[in-house]
Amino acid sequence: MSTRTVTIGSSVGLHARPAAIFVKAASEATMPVTIAKEGGNPVSANSMIAIMALGAKHGDAVVLTAEGDGADEYLDSLAALLATDLDAEPAS
Amino acid sequence: MTVVQGLGVSAGIAFGPVVRVGRGVRPPDTEAAASDAEQQIRAAFESVALDLESRVGAVEDTAAGILTATAMLARDPSLIDGAIARANGGAGPATAIDGATREFMDQFTALGGYFAERAADLRDVGDRAIAVVLGAPAPGVPPLTDECVLVAYDLAPAETATLDRTKVLGIITQVGGRTSHTAILAAQMNIPAVVKVTEAEDFTDGELVMIDGDTGSVHLQPSQETVDARRARNDRRAAALSHVSGPGATQDGKQVKLLANIGGVEDAVAAGKYDVEGVGLFRTEFVFLSAATAPTVEEQTETYRQVFAPFDGRRVVVRTLDAGADKPLAFADLGAEENPALGRRGLRLSAELPDLLDAQLEALALAAADTGADVWVMAPMVADAQEAAWFARRVRENGLRNVGVMIEIPAAALRSSHVLAEVDFGSLGTNDLAQYTMAADRMQGELAELLDPWQPAVLDVVAAACHGAGVNGKPMGVCGESAGDPLMALVLAGLGCSSLSMAPSRVPLVRFALSRHTFAQCQRLAYLARSARTAVDAREAVRAEVAADLASIL
Repeated sequence: MSTRTVTIGSSVGLHARPAAIFVKAASEATMPVTIAKEGGNPVSANSMIAIMALGAKHGDAVVLTAEGDGADEYLDSLAALLATDLDAEPAS
Repeated sequence: MTVVQGLGVSAGIAFGPVVRVGRGVRPPDTEAAASDAEQQIRAAFESVALDLESRVGAVEDTAAGILTATAMLARDPSLIDGAIARANGGAGPATAIDGATREFMDQFTALGGYFAERAADLRDVGDRAIAVVLGAPAPGVPPLTDECVLVAYDLAPAETATLDRTKVLGIITQVGGRTSHTAILAAQMNIPAVVKVTEAEDFTDGELVMIDGDTGSVHLQPSQETVDARRARNDRRAAALSHVSGPGATQDGKQVKLLANIGGVEDAVAAGKYDVEGVGLFRTEFVFLSAATAPTVEEQTETYRQVFAPFDGRRVVVRTLDAGADKPLAFADLGAEENPALGRRGLRLSAELPDLLDAQLEALALAAADTGADVWVMAPMVADAQEAAWFARRVRENGLRNVGVMIEIPAAALRSSHVLAEVDFGSLGTNDLAQYTMAADRMQGELAELLDPWQPAVLDVVAAACHGAGVNGKPMGVCGESAGDPLMALVLAGLGCSSLSMAPSRVPLVRFALSRHTFAQCQRLAYLARSARTAVDAREAVRAEVAADLASIL
């Protein structure tokens, strides 16, 4: 089982737009990926609602988990995505 | 004609008949369980998603993004599985969808801020799916045949995005906020909009309304003359305001800094784009109010850095934590008090819990050193010179150079020559100053007349505070709402206030008012106001004397 701990880079947290970008990216993984706030219960990375309900704000640490072939590669790219400011583009 | 007040979020005047936006149908109270509930639920959400996606091609980028995101919610496994679980537990399919939707909405609402405003998106998806299950028409905007003003509880993003701009003259919603989708999209589409109009619930189809998206006022059944007059006034105002910009000053060049009041990172980003000279009041409560434990120095530093960043090279006046028994903190509750307004609040709370203040000052100093903003720090609820000295020492020990006090207690205003000798500046909080001068509770709506900042007694107290500041050669500003009233702004400038802080949208009109009067004229207006017998007389006396080109656009 692989895990990555990453700090949320989006300035207003993991809300609608950043969450949508993340879910889209996570859905490309060939195995289930979960995301949790540090010390919290993991939720499926393919549910935007569950991810938004985490209420992860800018600077909060989240833990990504996956198991299977290529899990490390998927997690690396998802972690990099979460660390960037996905709100940098004009908000919708 | 009745006038009600909301929050103007998209500028312009709109006048037309009301068309109400249908609210979602509710599941029947005793909906029977269905053997094919899972199938029904999946099909309902899928049909909602397909319907939303089918409209993507017909709209612009922003709207398309919102439709796609809303469709994504309709395909969300947590929502679908949540509804199916409820149906498996014996709930009818529509009831199950409603329950699952509400469960997540509650979670979003509890998170507050930006997350809470996303609850409307979820409500829309849930309502659409329920309508499919019940075979009811989709909730939302009915087909429009004529020009109208839409009235809704809250417009769902998918609805706002697909509005027919040739028919929709204006938008009124009962709830919502400055950053809700309705606000953002209406502004982008140049449709005048007013949100948070509580009375909108009672507006009926066909009733004529006029909305002013600048001021947030909504007129019911206005006469054509009223509408024409308001339109003409707004045109005059826009023309007049387009000619003034930059730092605030009287006609003869006496500087009066024009600053913004803000209460968080989003406010800071928005205010940073305005033509303002900085921030005159940054309320820091939001950093603490939602937290279960005291926020760390690191957490606070990061937040303050984000607030300061848009004001590189400009001033930001920070008010340290202003909490009390009426807005208690989970980690700093001194218990209930008989009279919170007169209790251990503001600096008095910081005196009981100095560690909390020190952590905040340390974080402010770190963030200030990290950004190009000119950071000033002031304490709320300071009563005398000793308290001012205590606070000033702590602030300076943390390496922050400009320390000040709020003047909101009459005692501090009357003795401001001693109080301000201890610090570098003062800032009048006119709302609390009025409350304490008139002994009238701000929370008591019936006492609004006593709380009028035009009360001559309040103006006398302001004058005393300004006099004491002048004796020390220290700047005195105003950060209460009254600074945003152009007539009052002239009086305050005349009393000697050298900065005025307000909602950023109020700045242009105040800038214009100042530019049309000399300092001597402002002093005369202040004299007239203080010579009046009542608050109404004071305002009238000033209104009658101001420059004609200001009076014509008020």
